[in-house]
Amino acid sequence: MLAMNYRGPYRVRADHKPDPVIEHPGDAIVRVTRTCICGSDLHLYHGMVPDTRVGHTFGHEFIGVVEDVGSDVRNLKVGDRVMVPFNLFCGSCFFCQHELYGNCHNTNPEATAVGAIYGYSHTAGGYDGGQAEYVRVPMADVGPMVIPDDIHDDDAVLLTDVTPTGYQAAEMGDISEGDTVVIFGAGPIGLLAAKSSWLMGAGRVIVVDEVEYRLEFAKRWAQCEVVNFREVNDMAEHIKKMTDWMGADVCIDCVGGDAAGSIAQTLTGRLMKAQAGSSTVLHWCINSVRKGGNVSIVGVYGPTFNMVPMGNVLNKGLTIRANQASVKRHLPRLIEHIREGRLSPKDIITHRVPLEEISDAYHIFSSKLDNCIKTVLIPPRAHEVRAVKASALH
Amino acid sequence: MQTHEQVDEHSHQHHHSGHADEHQQDYPMVPQRPSREQLAHIKGWGADLDRKNRPAVPMERTPPRFIHAHEGKLPQQPETVEILTSTERPGITPIFGTVQPPKGLSGMMRRLAFRWSENDMRHWLILLAADRVNVVEGIGEDLAKGKVPNVLAEMGIKAEWEHNKAGLVKKAAIGAAVLGAAVYLMRRRER
Repeated sequence: MLAMNYRGPYRVRADHKPDPVIEHPGDAIVRVTRTCICGSDLHLYHGMVPDTRVGHTFGHEFIGVVEDVGSDVRNLKVGDRVMVPFNLFCGSCFFCQHELYGNCHNTNPEATAVGAIYGYSHTAGGYDGGQAEYVRVPMADVGPMVIPDDIHDDDAVLLTDVTPTGYQAAEMGDISEGDTVVIFGAGPIGLLAAKSSWLMGAGRVIVVDEVEYRLEFAKRWAQCEVVNFREVNDMAEHIKKMTDWMGADVCIDCVGGDAAGSIAQTLTGRLMKAQAGSSTVLHWCINSVRKGGNVSIVGVYGPTFNMVPMGNVLNKGLTIRANQASVKRHLPRLIEHIREGRLSPKDIITHRVPLEEISDAYHIFSSKLDNCIKTVLIPPRAHEVRAVKASALH
Repeated sequence: MQTHEQVDEHSHQHHHSGHADEHQQDYPMVPQRPSREQLAHIKGWGADLDRKNRPAVPMERTPPRFIHAHEGKLPQQPETVEILTSTERPGITPIFGTVQPPKGLSGMMRRLAFRWSENDMRHWLILLAADRVNVVEGIGEDLAKGKVPNVLAEMGIKAEWEHNKAGLVKKAAIGAAVLGAAVYLMRRRER
């Protein structure tokens, strides 16, 4: 099959590799029909995640058609159109039994610091991801969800990570009516966090980034205020100024360790790898939020450590919430929002690229070229079943 | 909607020099909040205002909804390749990934790294070092198969040329300048 192949930092290509096989009675094999490049894939692409092995196939946002199932699978059958949450989880362990599907204890033998994630290094379990024609989907009765007929493929693929993650980012902010919410990052997750903040009754939503076309999109699509951090002298002071010198009620980090905005952080976090990514946005969140406020973190950092002003967290009495999104628990409500027209995730897709052109797709997304916001990859066999069904009609 | 260029008339914006002799400011006892009418134009506003509508409130909820959990003990996946396991979770998990098992020098380094817990910096630093060694091994593997990796294509040079010609020229000029300076310094040292 054709699959994305990681060769080293900033180097990926499309290569042929063996098709995945059933390795456990709970497995399914899914033929991928849509897959995305996620902002968090860039942390892998930039070589920031330990134990990212050459030959690995990334991709944790994908939908597809079930091609084969293991002997224990009861709830899926061959031909089902499914969306697959990015977390790989068992459903049975203590954490899954508490709906913490991003923290499963039974699917990642290589680390306890993170659950299992498709195509996200061996630190996240060592599973190949969905930027391929086929993918092995373990615990197929638990993770995947059959896509309702009225949900478009483009919305469905964005329900596997970006929409639930943006939604959970807002949810972890514990937004109350009229709250001022500052979201750092105008990428796909930040955009969905902005939309979700309105759903939860925010009074003001302010999105911060440095990329002008993304800020323009955020202002138009998410109906929010925007700040280009390159145009302000000091981020925390600026947010205070915008909020009667009180600070925001909620600050959300939708950037993670690839953040720009501080030479010292960029040098130590991104270039020297002396900390687990640049913690610029964590600084901004902690220092921009009001006393007693909430900080929500969905931006991805490495597992070592980051330099953050913990003293300010204590002295300001902040609440920090963070987690990988527990995708499955969000899906029914998010599907309702799509049906009611409150959310339209597919609007953020700007690029559709054949899987064969993955090297260029990664570079465009990473370097923010061509006004790129969200890239969908289409594998060569994406439309195979439709063609078979069409021919069967004749 | 307000943008960063605009100034809220209710805010206390002024030239903020940070001097101690500035006059005392009045800060609001109740923060300014827009009314529901002012927010009515935002589609879906407040649909999940009630926390009962938020699927992850409370954060830990049991029994879980929307899943068909396996009854009884999960069947064990057969171990067909070498799997490294965290010292913080002894034993193998019922399900695991089997792709890219450790091999070569990078594999030896990874085995070494897994002697230490995730709580120990050595674990992660050795893994990061192994990743860099693995990149060199990858080039060796390509060459052994008779394939010369097209590094520039893998880095997306076609897209760079298509969408950022000026940037590409700038990078090439900087690269050439650095290379030229290095060559010049080396020759000078030889003399």
